[in-house]
Amino acid sequence: MSTNSAAQAQAAAQKSARRLPPELNIFLVLVGIALVYEILGWIFVGQSFLMNPQRLTIIILQVSVIGIIAVGVTQVIITGGIDLSSGSVVGMTAMFTASLAQASTWPRALYPSLTDMPVIVPVTLGVGVGLLAGFINGQLIAKTKIPPFIATLGMMVSARGISKWYTKGQPVSGLTEQFNFIGTGIWPVVIFLVVAVIFHIALRYTRYGKFTYAIGANVQAARVSGINVESHLVKVYAIAGALAGLAGVVTAARAQTAQAGMGVMYELDAIAATVIGGTSLAGGVGRITGTVIGTVILGVMTSGFTFLRVDAFYQEIVKGVIIVAAVVVDVYRQKKRKT
Amino acid sequence: MVSPTTMAAVRASGAIPNAEYLLSAEGVRKEFPGVVALDDVQFKLKRGSVHALMGENGAGKSTLMKILAGIYTPDQGEVLLKGQKIRLKSPLDALENGIAMIHQELNLMPFMTVAENIWIRREPKNRFGFVDHGEMHRKTAELFKRLNIAMDPETQVRDLSVANRQMVEIAKAVSYESDVLIMDEPTSALTEREVDHLFTIIRDLRSQGIGIVYITHKMNELFEIADEFSVFRDGKYIGTHASTDVTRDDIIRMMVGREITQMFPKEEVPIGDVVLSVKNLNLKGVFRDVSFDVRAGEILGIAGLVGSGRSNVAETIFGVTPATSGTISINGKQVNIDSPNTAIKHRMAFLTEDRKDTGCLLILDILENMQIAVLQDKFVKNGFVSEGALTKVCEEMSKKLRVKTPNLSERIENLSGGNQQKVLIGRWLLTNPRILILDEPTRGIDVGAKAEIHRFVTELARDGVAVIMISSEMPEVLGMSDRVMVMHEGRVTGFLDRAEATQVKVMELAAQ
Repeated sequence: MSTNSAAQAQAAAQKSARRLPPELNIFLVLVGIALVYEILGWIFVGQSFLMNPQRLTIIILQVSVIGIIAVGVTQVIITGGIDLSSGSVVGMTAMFTASLAQASTWPRALYPSLTDMPVIVPVTLGVGVGLLAGFINGQLIAKTKIPPFIATLGMMVSARGISKWYTKGQPVSGLTEQFNFIGTGIWPVVIFLVVAVIFHIALRYTRYGKFTYAIGANVQAARVSGINVESHLVKVYAIAGALAGLAGVVTAARAQTAQAGMGVMYELDAIAATVIGGTSLAGGVGRITGTVIGTVILGVMTSGFTFLRVDAFYQEIVKGVIIVAAVVVDVYRQKKRKT
Repeated sequence: MVSPTTMAAVRASGAIPNAEYLLSAEGVRKEFPGVVALDDVQFKLKRGSVHALMGENGAGKSTLMKILAGIYTPDQGEVLLKGQKIRLKSPLDALENGIAMIHQELNLMPFMTVAENIWIRREPKNRFGFVDHGEMHRKTAELFKRLNIAMDPETQVRDLSVANRQMVEIAKAVSYESDVLIMDEPTSALTEREVDHLFTIIRDLRSQGIGIVYITHKMNELFEIADEFSVFRDGKYIGTHASTDVTRDDIIRMMVGREITQMFPKEEVPIGDVVLSVKNLNLKGVFRDVSFDVRAGEILGIAGLVGSGRSNVAETIFGVTPATSGTISINGKQVNIDSPNTAIKHRMAFLTEDRKDTGCLLILDILENMQIAVLQDKFVKNGFVSEGALTKVCEEMSKKLRVKTPNLSERIENLSGGNQQKVLIGRWLLTNPRILILDEPTRGIDVGAKAEIHRFVTELARDGVAVIMISSEMPEVLGMSDRVMVMHEGRVTGFLDRAEATQVKVMELAAQ
């Protein structure tokens, strides 16, 4: 009898252990990294890392653009795909959106007849161009069955080309006050969080979300279960493109100008944030909450290095190591689950 | 305790200690989070014998097999190889100690040749250190001659049939000069002739003193090939007997711990109107001119050898691979089924042949697996899933189908084959189908779950569902069907009524 109740207690303990959200691990990593900086801060710089609200705000502000992209990338990766085009799409949409956001006071407006437009016009254009890019990605992948890596690699190169071609390499400046307002203060963070909440809900509670996970878990089984895999993938990539477009709008508004070189390597930061946040590149597993924490980890890391006055070169080296480590931990966890 | 490397050295020196048993296990216990997979289990394999492991899925025989093959290490107890305690650290470790395992999922590299697959990691080298392909070819040919296998060593594995791949796996295991061969359901994808060939090879190996651990669900194989068998139930060891001492019923009783009164609970139910009518259906290069009707309450069995096009017909009707010509009518109305989605809208359901490849969403939980098909039209409002209501029906369904699990948030990959199959059946029953296509519904499933699945199918027919059941197991087809349609090489070769259908008649039509 006593062994029986012991077994029950053990089972109950396991049950409660399973109830812990999987994001807890990632969150603890975030806390750990922050504490390391805190301690190193007192030792080497003589001040606190965390007790500085301004710094914390800047951290989130810096990564919010990456975060917006990562919300889309997370969904793509859950289906078992990848999106390499988001950084270039940021550059391309920044150029397009800025070209319709110029003030009439600016002497060298790209379209002198289309200046002083209401904010909604350039924003819609930016998001729309991103959506179109993602839609093309999705169509290519669904219709021609080429690997997502190749389809989005093509988009990555072409979209960068388009952003350079659009103004023959010239930056687009002189944007309206109203447009620049999107990038000021806490607004980028608000946009990031709103986007994260919307897609967290979409993935958890809607049919769209259930189908996304099912396709990532087993595309054949998903198809036999009646899911129109092709059209669903087009949706997922289009959403990822639209979010990259939104990130392009925010980037242009923050910089108060647009340049063809904007967003270079953003796709890799977004993928890194997603993977650090616990989304599996094998598909079928991942959450937006994890991605949000992963994004903040990236921000804290960068900001901490600057705070400790570490050379930028070292920053990149360590960032690479941490990304690989996150995947190694993920692989190890999956192995452990199997045996 | 002797280290594996020492054992390997002892083996190499030829001074093999003589022990009564080639391989044995004593007091083995293995726990996984939440389950005791094996509890105080023993096993003894004699030299030159075939020892079958029997038990329902989840009984622990796979776990034991994996311990013997070095994939798992036991929590308690010991494994003895020829009387010496041994602790195997990996499958490779086991292989080097003369224990080879042939997995159910074959582990060959499709783009390499047969010879390369067999000698991988041990390729004969010439004096420059490059692979000596001539020598490798010669050694393979020699090995095949010994095993009486007719196959070109230079064929690429992807061009081989499943049966031939199985032969390559066996040849590979033999090439390690293994003393112990572990075979996990080796006949599940073989035709009768291929099974005969396999058995000839097994008998030959046995006469050479090799011990064979043979896992199977098929009772007739046990009597045909095994000398001894051990039965397991719920992770416990039940007993070992000589296969000549017992009857089929004895074994079933040992396996399930209860009497199975009726294997095929076939019920005569009133048969209604034609629900599904297929006319001159063609899929170019696969099957042609397939025509048949299925009525409400009827179970139409489809028999035929593997490769006869049975599963392809099912896939085409369900829209996975739409037909190149021909018509499909439901309740008298011609329909165009261009995708599984359309098929589901016409209230069709399709339990696929391969649970892992096309059935389970392995990394997701039971609930997510069960609800995925019904989400097409029900339980969704403005895109949002009504979780509460859906969870409730899933719980009811899992109770009705008696899925053995602590809760529905368990990942489906942690369930036994029989329970996975029940979850998938539940997935389709939730859609309330009027046409149900079952492709090998009980393949690789234990006797208990099998009987339960047969009972569900019978109940569905009683409720007026038109059932199509494809099966390689003759007793299942004959026991469950009202009519049997037989296929051979992409054509329908005949229909047999329940009264006239016998094993011989079906085979005549299937093999021609």
